[in-house]
Amino acid sequence: MIYLDNAATTLRKPQPVIDAVVSAMTTLGNSARGTHDGSLSASRIIYGAREKLAAFFHCPRPDHVVFTCNSTEALNIAICGLLNPGDHVISTDLEHNSVLRPLYRLEAERSVSLSFVPADRQGRIDYGDFERLIRPETRAIVCTHASNLTGNAVDIGRVGAIAHAHGLKLIVDASQTAGVLPIDMAAQHIDLLCFTGHKSLMGPQGTGGLCLGENVALRPWKVGGTGVQTYSRFQPEQLPTCLEAGTLNGHGIAGLSAALDYLNGVGLDVIREREERLMRRFYAGVTAIPGVTVFGDFEAPRTAVVTLNIRDYDSGEVADALSQDYGIATRPGAHCAPRMHRALGTERQGAVRFSFGWFNTEDEVDTAIRAVKELAE
Amino acid sequence: MRPKTQKLVITFHTTAAAMAMEKLCHEQGLPGRLIPVPRELTADCRMAWCAPTDAAPQLRALADAQALEYEGWQELLV
Repeated sequence: MIYLDNAATTLRKPQPVIDAVVSAMTTLGNSARGTHDGSLSASRIIYGAREKLAAFFHCPRPDHVVFTCNSTEALNIAICGLLNPGDHVISTDLEHNSVLRPLYRLEAERSVSLSFVPADRQGRIDYGDFERLIRPETRAIVCTHASNLTGNAVDIGRVGAIAHAHGLKLIVDASQTAGVLPIDMAAQHIDLLCFTGHKSLMGPQGTGGLCLGENVALRPWKVGGTGVQTYSRFQPEQLPTCLEAGTLNGHGIAGLSAALDYLNGVGLDVIREREERLMRRFYAGVTAIPGVTVFGDFEAPRTAVVTLNIRDYDSGEVADALSQDYGIATRPGAHCAPRMHRALGTERQGAVRFSFGWFNTEDEVDTAIRAVKELAE
Repeated sequence: MRPKTQKLVITFHTTAAAMAMEKLCHEQGLPGRLIPVPRELTADCRMAWCAPTDAAPQLRALADAQALEYEGWQELLV
């Protein structure tokens, strides 16, 4: 299989990640559940991962790194924990349902009002719209760092500067960028950073987190066992425990920790340049094929995604042909990005997303180009 | 049971804070280990840093220098 669905998850993981998970599954007890070697081993690995993630994202403190099982959970904790009845929120057409559905739920259940920065037919936004949409009751901006559909990156530092100039909190969905684009919470004015571990960070599925800047208070989204303050009727107030309940995914976090070592060892710039080179090679190969429509802005910073349609073909049929006839894995359909598809005008047809990763090769890209060309003939 | 001796016991609000203490003490070569919090302090199930009493000045200096957040700082028979 030629795996070109890295925006969904990186299927191939670095061997040290696999080794770390296997080792953890044979040695770790439950973190924060005692002081025997098994529990302490888990607590040490988890705390070490907090330190690495804090350094990786320039989060102010290791105990401001909260582990979740994915970006969606992190976004729910951030959005539901921050917003109050009557608040107004600004988001964008680029968002995934992991942002949209928590917002829509608060709109319906908590009288939170929403405004969206529109995207044009290439998925681009006008940054001036953020300022234009601010109201007296605006509390936060919730924004993806890059569209999972087009790959267009958002200048999150620019959005953060607007947010902070108006006293707003900035929640960033880094699902598509953590591990490939630089993220600096301080420099980019990010108050709440939501990430997943299994995409560009190349860690296991079931890992992710929420990094909090200074002066961010959230209501706990879930409450329960923490291993501390047992006789209190309420969730502990201190981070990270106030936002973590139940047994953490120690095995997965051990893998994520190893993935961070791998990324730091290779270098983010090296990984990004390779993925960008593969993406540009594919784009150059398909963009001139008659009948192929490519979506997105290729003149601005972006992730290693090329989304296209062939003539008026159903995107599902194209992806199925790529899979069955060429052994190429892509993602068709709506990509959990309803507003983005409406902006692109692809609501009915969907689109076929090719997303490239660290382990892809030039030969795989060339095979994919030939496949698209044959399907378009 | 083992005979008890007077020890320094530092308690924390979170496991993360306890792990930060352990890591820093190991890095600095300071004595101690994590133990279950003695019931004299709380009936809770959290962990505490237990060290010889004469290490208190060094540990206090470390905690202050690193802005470590701890809940309590006491000496008792452990």
